[in-house]
Amino acid sequence: MSHSAESKAFMNPYLAGGLLGVVLFLAYFFTGTGLGASGGMARLVAAGQDLVVPRHMDRVGHLVEMAGGETNPLDHWIVLVTLGTLMGGFVSALLNKRLKVETQKGPRISVRQRWVLAVLGGVFMGYGARLARGCTSGQALSGGAVLSVGSWAFMFAVFAGGYALAYFVRRLWT
Amino acid sequence: MAPFALVDDLGKVGAYAVYLLIGIAFGASLEVAGFANARKLANQFYLKDMTVLKVMFTGIVTAMVLIFLASAAGLLAFNDVYVPPTYLWPGIVGGLIMGVGFILGGFCPGTSLVAVASLKVDGILFFLGTLLGVFLFGETVGSFDTFYFSSYMGRFLLPELLGLSTGGTVLLVVLMALGAFWMAEKAEGFFGEGITDARRIRLPVKLAGAGGLAALALLVMGMGQPTPLEKYRFMAEDKDPLLLERQIQLHPGEVIQVAANRQMKLVLLDVRSERDFNLFHILDSRRVELETLARGGLTKELLDEPPNAVVILVSNDELHATEAWKMLTGEGIMNLYILEGGINRWLDLFAVEGACPGGCRPAGVPVEEGELAWRFDAALGSQPPIANPDLFVDKAFDFTPKVKLEVKARPAGGCG
Repeated sequence: MSHSAESKAFMNPYLAGGLLGVVLFLAYFFTGTGLGASGGMARLVAAGQDLVVPRHMDRVGHLVEMAGGETNPLDHWIVLVTLGTLMGGFVSALLNKRLKVETQKGPRISVRQRWVLAVLGGVFMGYGARLARGCTSGQALSGGAVLSVGSWAFMFAVFAGGYALAYFVRRLWT
Repeated sequence: MAPFALVDDLGKVGAYAVYLLIGIAFGASLEVAGFANARKLANQFYLKDMTVLKVMFTGIVTAMVLIFLASAAGLLAFNDVYVPPTYLWPGIVGGLIMGVGFILGGFCPGTSLVAVASLKVDGILFFLGTLLGVFLFGETVGSFDTFYFSSYMGRFLLPELLGLSTGGTVLLVVLMALGAFWMAEKAEGFFGEGITDARRIRLPVKLAGAGGLAALALLVMGMGQPTPLEKYRFMAEDKDPLLLERQIQLHPGEVIQVAANRQMKLVLLDVRSERDFNLFHILDSRRVELETLARGGLTKELLDEPPNAVVILVSNDELHATEAWKMLTGEGIMNLYILEGGINRWLDLFAVEGACPGGCRPAGVPVEEGELAWRFDAALGSQPPIANPDLFVDKAFDFTPKVKLEVKARPAGGCG
C-alpha cells in the first residue's frame, strides 16, 4: 500500500465491520431505513439536469419522481447521508493522516491508464447501481442485514461479476 | 416504539441533522476500514486481502443480529423497517455490471465517496464516472422499462424463501459468515503478501468474537419474533384508546360510503366461520381465518395494498373483528376499521320482509357473543340484494364519519 510513513494503519477489518454494523443498526433503529450512497449521487445528477433541462425532467418517467415540476431532487434524506459520508470520510482521513492527493494503482499500469479506467469503472458502476436499485451500501449491506432476498442475490452477483473478470484484468492491479 | 417518524418528531431540520450524523459515522467507518484505497479493495478479487468481505459481512451480521434482537424484545417494529423490494433479475444483471465496474474502477459508490473525501484522484475520477453512468441510466431506462420492472417480488425475506424461522435464518447467516471469514483467512495465508496495515487481533479474541455473535444469534432464535398479538401488546397503551373511545368502529352507513367512494379502495375482511360466511356475507368481502391473521399470514399482502386502501373487519358482532383488528394493528396495517355491530347489526338494519330470497329472520332468542343472530333457510352467500352496499348508497344515515385516510410516512429506500 502506498501511503506515507506517518499515516496510521487501518483498523482491523472485523472491528471496522463491527463499527459499520452498529452504525447500520442505529440507522435502521432510529430512521427505519438503512444506509446508501448511489441514491445521493442520482439526486445530484438529477439536480444538475434540472438546472439545464427542467422540462426534460418533467417528461421522462424515471426522472419525474426525483425532479418533476417544483420537486427539488436534493430535498431528500439520502442527500444528507451522502453529504455526511463525505464529511465523515474527510474527518477520519484527516485524523489518521491519510488525507493526501494521490492515485492508487497497480504497479504495472501508468497513472493515466488508472485514471481512464477509474472513469470507465465508474460509468459501469453508476449504470449498474441504478439498474439494481441500489449499490453495495443500499442494497448489499442494508438489504442484506434485513434479509432481503433480492439484496442477497444482488450481492452474490456483484462478487460474481468482479471475480469473473478479475483474472483477465489482473494487469491493472497486480 | 422504533423506528421513529423523525420529521414529525424533530421537524425537518432535526431529522436531516440525524441523517447527516448517520452519514458521518458511515463515512468514518468506511475510511478507518481502508475503503478509500482502491488497491486494497481490488485485492479482494485476487484473494490477497479479504478486507472487503470481512468488513461487509461483519457489518451485515452485526446489524442483522441487533435488528432482530430489538424486534424480538419489542423495541423495534420490524414491519415499519424498510426492506429493499426484490426485483430479482434487474438486481442480478445490475449487480453483474457493478462487479465489472468494481474490478475496472476499484471502487463502489460508497467507497468512492470516502476516496473523494480523502483526496484520492482515482476516487474523484471514479465518482465523476459514476455520475455519468447514473445520467446514462436515466436517459436510457425508458427503452427497457419492462425489464427494469420485471420479476417483482415485493418485500421478500430470506426466512420465507428458505422456509425457516427468522431466528433460524439469522443463525444460519451468522454461521455462513463465520465460515466465509475462516476461508478468507486461509486464502490470505495462501495468496496474500502479508497484511501489514491491519492491526492483528489474537486468535482467542477472534474466537470470542465469533462465539459472541453465534450466541446472540442463538438468543434471537430462542426468543423468537413476536406474533401479531404480541406486537400489539407492545403498543397497546397507544392503541387501546382507539378501541375504547370507539374511533375505529364504522357505522354501516359509513361502510356503504367507503364502498361507493372511488378515491378509496375498500378491502372487506370477514373473519367468521365458513358456515356463517356461506349463509350470508357482504358483497365482495373475503373470508379469512383469525388463525391466519394470528400468524401474520395476510400481512405481506395487506402491506402491499395502495395507500388509499381502507380495510374493514367484519364478524357477527364485534368480538372477533376486534381480535383481528389488534393483530393487524400489531402488524402495522394502516387505515384499519371494524364494522360496528358486525353482520348482526347489518341485518338488523337492512333485512326487511322479502329482502332475503330463500328466507332469513332474527333468531328471536339471545345468542352468545360472537354468534350469528339471524337464521337462514339456505346458504345465500352474497346473493341477497341486502349484501350489496351500493343498494343503500342514497339512504340517509345518522353517524359521525370516522375514516381518516392516513398515509404512514414509511421510510423509503435511499436508492430510489
